[in-house]
Amino acid sequence: MRAHRAINLWLGAALVLPMIAIAAISLIWTPYDVTLLDVGNKFAPPSPSHWLGTDQLGRDVASLLMSASVNSLTVAFVAVGMGGSLGVMLGLLASAFGGWVETLVMRLADLGFAFPALLFAIMLATAFGPSLSNAILAIAFINIPVFARVARGAANQVWTRDFVLAGQAAGLGRARLTFDHILPNIAAPIIVQATIEFAVAILAEAALSYLGLGAQPPLPSWGRMLSEAQTLMYLAPELAIYPGLCIIIAVLGFGLLGDGLRDVTDPRLKQVRA
Amino acid sequence: MQVILLRRTMGFVLTLIAVSVIVFAVMNVLPGDPAITILGIDSTEDARAALRAELGLDRPVWLRYLDWVWHAAQGDFGTSYFFRVPVTELITERLPLTLSLALAGMTVTVVVGITLGMIAAARHGTFGDWAIMLFSQMGIAVPAFWLSILLVLLFAVGLRWLPPGGFPGWDEPLLAARSLILPTTALALVQSAVLARVTRSSALEVMRLDFVRTARATGLSRWRVLRRHILPNALVPIVTIVGMQVAAVVTGTIVIENVFYLPGLGRLIFQSIANRDLFTVQALVVLFAAIVVTANFLVDIAYVLIDPRLKGRMT
Repeated sequence: MRAHRAINLWLGAALVLPMIAIAAISLIWTPYDVTLLDVGNKFAPPSPSHWLGTDQLGRDVASLLMSASVNSLTVAFVAVGMGGSLGVMLGLLASAFGGWVETLVMRLADLGFAFPALLFAIMLATAFGPSLSNAILAIAFINIPVFARVARGAANQVWTRDFVLAGQAAGLGRARLTFDHILPNIAAPIIVQATIEFAVAILAEAALSYLGLGAQPPLPSWGRMLSEAQTLMYLAPELAIYPGLCIIIAVLGFGLLGDGLRDVTDPRLKQVRA
Repeated sequence: MQVILLRRTMGFVLTLIAVSVIVFAVMNVLPGDPAITILGIDSTEDARAALRAELGLDRPVWLRYLDWVWHAAQGDFGTSYFFRVPVTELITERLPLTLSLALAGMTVTVVVGITLGMIAAARHGTFGDWAIMLFSQMGIAVPAFWLSILLVLLFAVGLRWLPPGGFPGWDEPLLAARSLILPTTALALVQSAVLARVTRSSALEVMRLDFVRTARATGLSRWRVLRRHILPNALVPIVTIVGMQVAAVVTGTIVIENVFYLPGLGRLIFQSIANRDLFTVQALVVLFAAIVVTANFLVDIAYVLIDPRLKGRMT
C-alpha cells in the first residue's frame, strides 16, 4: 500500500522533472531557432539533423515543442500563482472572521464555479481581443474559488486546534494567528491542490490556444501547433501527434504528482485507498 | 423539505441574476466603450456616436443592464450587429445541433461510465479492474480536442469510415447522425473516464457495508445485489459528478463543434468573436453559464430526492 502511493509520486516526478529540465534548457538552447523558416525543407521526415522532422514552414518540430513547453509551464505557473494566492487569501479571510464574511466569500466562490475558464476567456476575448494574457486571467479566475474552498476548509480545522486557542488566549490577533499559525499548517493541502490545478491549467491553456484565444503567432504553443496541424492532417498526420503527447505527459505528470503528494501528506487516506 | 426547496430555488434565481451582472460588467463596462468593441479601434468618432445612438449605448449603464435583462428574460437578446437578425433567431437555428450533441454525449457518458465503474468494482483487484482504471487515468489526461483529432486521423483520414467534420443538415437524418458519431465519442470518452472512477470508488465503499453481505447471504445473485442494492446506495456521489458533467459536456460542445466544424452554438460564439458581434457573444455566454448554474441547482434538488438519509435532515 505504501508502495502504491509512492508510485504515483515517483511516476509524476519522472514525467514532470525532465519536462521542467527541457523547458529550462530551451530558454538558452534549442536545436534550431524556432523563428527560422526554411520553406524549401518543409515536412522533412525525422532525421539526425531534425529529430522529429520539420513543419509546414520548415521549422524544426523538436525545437518548437521545447519552446512551447516554456509557454505552457509559465502560463500554468502565473495563472495558478495569481488565482491561488487570491483564493487562499479569501479562504483565510472567510475562516478568520466567520459569520457573514464567510457566507459572502463562499457564495462568491459558488458563483465563480458558474464560469468555466472557456466562457471567461470568451468574454475577455470579445471585450479586449484574444491574447495570451487574457487566457492567463481566465485560468487564474477559475482558480480563485477552488483555492478559497480548500483554504477555508483546512483553516477551519486548524482554528479549533489547542495551539491556536492558546494563541488566542495569549491575546494574539486574528491577522497574526492567520499568518503565523494557520497558513503554515494548511500549506500541505494547498500545495497538493496547486499541483493538481497546474495540470488543469496546462490543459486549459492548450485548449484556449487551440481555439485561438490563447498564445498568438509566432509564440510556440502546443495547442496552437495542434490547430495548425489539423489543417494538414492529410499531408502530415504526425504533426498532430507530437504536441498532443506533450500535453498528455505534462497533464498526467502533474496530476500524478498531485495525487502522490496528497497520498503521502494526508494520513486519513491510508484506510480509504485499498 | 418545502422550505429547503424554496431556499434553494431562491439561491438559484439570485445566482442567475449575479451571473447576468458579471457577464454584462465584463463585456460592456470593463472595456469602456462597447461602440469601440463592435466597430474596432480604428473607427471614426462619428461612426461610434451613430452606433451609440442606434443601440442606445448613450444611456446610463444601469439602465442598459436592466433593459438587457428585462428583454433577455423574455427571450429577446437584441439584434446581431453582424448578421442583422435577432440573436434569438440565430440561437434557435443552431440549438438543435448543440442540444443533440450534448444529449448524445451525456447519454454515452452515463451508460459507459457507470457500466465500466460497476464492472471495475465488481471485479475489484482483477485485471479488468486494472484495465478500466488505466483507461480512466488516461482519459482524464487526454484533451478532448486532441482526442478528436486522433479519432479523425484514424476513422476519417485512415479508415475513411466517417466524415472528418462538417454537418449535412437534418434533412438527411442518417448522414446527420453519422457526422455526429466522432464528435459524440470525443465528448463522452473523457467524461465517462471520470465517471467510471467515481462510480467504482463509490460502489466499493458501499460494498463493505453489512447489508450487502446480508443480501448476498439471502441467496441473491452477485449482479442482482450490484444493481438493486449497491448502485442505488452509491448514487449520491455519482449524481454530483453527473451534474458537474452536464456542465462540462455542454461547454465541451463549444470546443468540439469548433474541432469538427459543426454549425452549432459553439461555432456561433467563435464566429461572433471574430465578427466583434458583442450582443451575440453576450447572449451565448449567459446562456451557457445559465445551463451550468441550472445543472448545479438540479443536482442540489436531486440530493433531496435520491438520498433517504438527507430527507430527514432537510425539514
